[in-house]
Amino acid sequence: MSAREHYRQRTQQNRLDSWRPRWAWGALSIPGGLWLAVLILVPFYVVLCVAFGTLDPLFQSPIPVWNPFQWNGSTFVQLWHEFIGKDAFLLPPMLRTIWYTAAAAALSLGIGYPVAYFVSRYGGKRKSVFLLLLVAPFWISYMMRMLAWIDLLQTNGYVNRILEDLHLMSSAHPYSWIGGKSITVILGLVYGYIPYLIVVLYAGLDRIDGRLLEASQDLGLSKWRTFWHVTIPLSRQTILAGAFITVLPMIGDFFTNQLLSASPSTTMIGNEIQGQLAVPSLEPEGAALSIVLLILLMVPMIYYVRSTGRASRETA
Amino acid sequence: MATVAEAPAPAPVPVSRDGVASVTAPPSPRRRRSRQWRHPVGLEIFTWVYLAWSILPICLAVLFSFNHGKSQSAFQGFSFQWYISTSSKTPSVLHDAQLHAAVLQTLWLAFLVTIITVPLGVGFAIGIDRWRSRTSSNLNFLMIFSFVIPELLLGVALLFLFQQSFKFVALGTPAEVAALVVWNISWPAIIIRARLSTIGRSYEEAAADLGASRARAIWRVLRPLLMPAIFASAVLVFATCIDDFVLVDLLSSTANSQTMAVLIYSQAHGGNNGPALNAIATLMLAFSVIVAAIGYVAFRLMTKGERQSTTEALTNFAGL
Repeated sequence: MSAREHYRQRTQQNRLDSWRPRWAWGALSIPGGLWLAVLILVPFYVVLCVAFGTLDPLFQSPIPVWNPFQWNGSTFVQLWHEFIGKDAFLLPPMLRTIWYTAAAAALSLGIGYPVAYFVSRYGGKRKSVFLLLLVAPFWISYMMRMLAWIDLLQTNGYVNRILEDLHLMSSAHPYSWIGGKSITVILGLVYGYIPYLIVVLYAGLDRIDGRLLEASQDLGLSKWRTFWHVTIPLSRQTILAGAFITVLPMIGDFFTNQLLSASPSTTMIGNEIQGQLAVPSLEPEGAALSIVLLILLMVPMIYYVRSTGRASRETA
Repeated sequence: MATVAEAPAPAPVPVSRDGVASVTAPPSPRRRRSRQWRHPVGLEIFTWVYLAWSILPICLAVLFSFNHGKSQSAFQGFSFQWYISTSSKTPSVLHDAQLHAAVLQTLWLAFLVTIITVPLGVGFAIGIDRWRSRTSSNLNFLMIFSFVIPELLLGVALLFLFQQSFKFVALGTPAEVAALVVWNISWPAIIIRARLSTIGRSYEEAAADLGASRARAIWRVLRPLLMPAIFASAVLVFATCIDDFVLVDLLSSTANSQTMAVLIYSQAHGGNNGPALNAIATLMLAFSVIVAAIGYVAFRLMTKGERQSTTEALTNFAGL
């Protein structure tokens, strides 16, 4: 033991002698770090400057104010009225975003967890086949996957035809799936983002030590109680990570409901931001709305970043 | 040069506080067989139904690209007309200049982004992993932040940046490349860091012991060990770029720099424009699948020495 300890110390010493200083390692991360720092921190400062800036009186285009001491918050006041005031047109899309995202995330977890659980625990010899099929949508373009559903959900498409054949729907009144229906958008979001969730859940569930489950059995716990008292607690972190990974992009999503409904009755907050960017005089408002959304999402994002950081320190 | 990595160390099992810690006693292997759980048929059916739901619509969309008629909801016979027809009534992929431009632009953009992102991301990962200081953990925070931030918010911020401040970066391809590198750099960074923690530091220590300089050790020891991970992340970045929509759409300048995803979006939303759209989507799908397949085969060849099972290779390749 002591010889080994001695050897280790000597190795450490040698390494330190020849590879000093330690921060020189950091030189490798300078290009990537700079790229990230410049193109993440500066843009958000510019967004702030636009949001707190003014409009050109002649061209109605935004003029950013670079000095924080001259910022004027009138855009935010206006935004507040658009959320709360008499003609609060931003409140419905905001509430809709929360409702769609919550419903879609809950559905995704409800579908994704059993699938990931089955593949990780019972995949057996066919595990690689399952895995290939699970990651396949990952490689298929999002647009392609939405396009596929646009085809299927036409009023004379396959979905309605199957419903007719099952006598769930009369052919005289076909259901107009892509005519601004919330259910279509929610299912579209589930379809779009569930592969990411399942991949995260699978990775987490697969890491659970099978011996723990066997031990639980040996100690007499039933299948369900093992699942409830061992598997679920061990996968809590994974479930949270998966939920974040799916919820965050869903909140910023504006193309899924554009493709599957394109109706004002299903607009989400992302559509509002995108719409405001298209009109120069509304750009400060779009900037302010992005800032508000970013601040709201900051809490879950920081929680996610910190929990992954902790996890990587634990495994390191 | 030995490229045999040691077996991944079993991750420490997080033990929950509510009494589960007491069940970590070693199992008795003899009784395992008899008490093994029955195969869950219900769960298996559920899984297959899910897989069918996730994959069949795409197969149908591919099928419709070969439709003889104009319909996207009824199959009227097999034909290649949407790919190669010269008739003016059925605009095909082969004879539509806009579609050509989109295909080329997509590949060019993905190529540019990949060759910038991967070296930056690899250096970034090695740097912050081996440096371990306050600055490096802040940089890591920034990297994970770029990973989780909704793409729309990043896109909006970058759009304002390039419009108001960094005017020397023109909207269109330059802005799109800059943005996509930010958005994708976390892939190589995360994958390489995972690989670095699997490799451990003993190889470097051995290299140092044998008198290698740091640069030499990075080049002769770390680089070959990291090669499969570097390659896997390059494939991932390339495929994500082919697919990217939000950043490319927000930062595009004219219709000339449209990519396939933007084109599909602009033509599909609100209605449908005939099977030519399915044809281009099918081509896009074929690109991704070819990239993924070549990538996977090459990854298996590179990691031959590690004797991993197909499942392990798939998980490593997908960056799980």
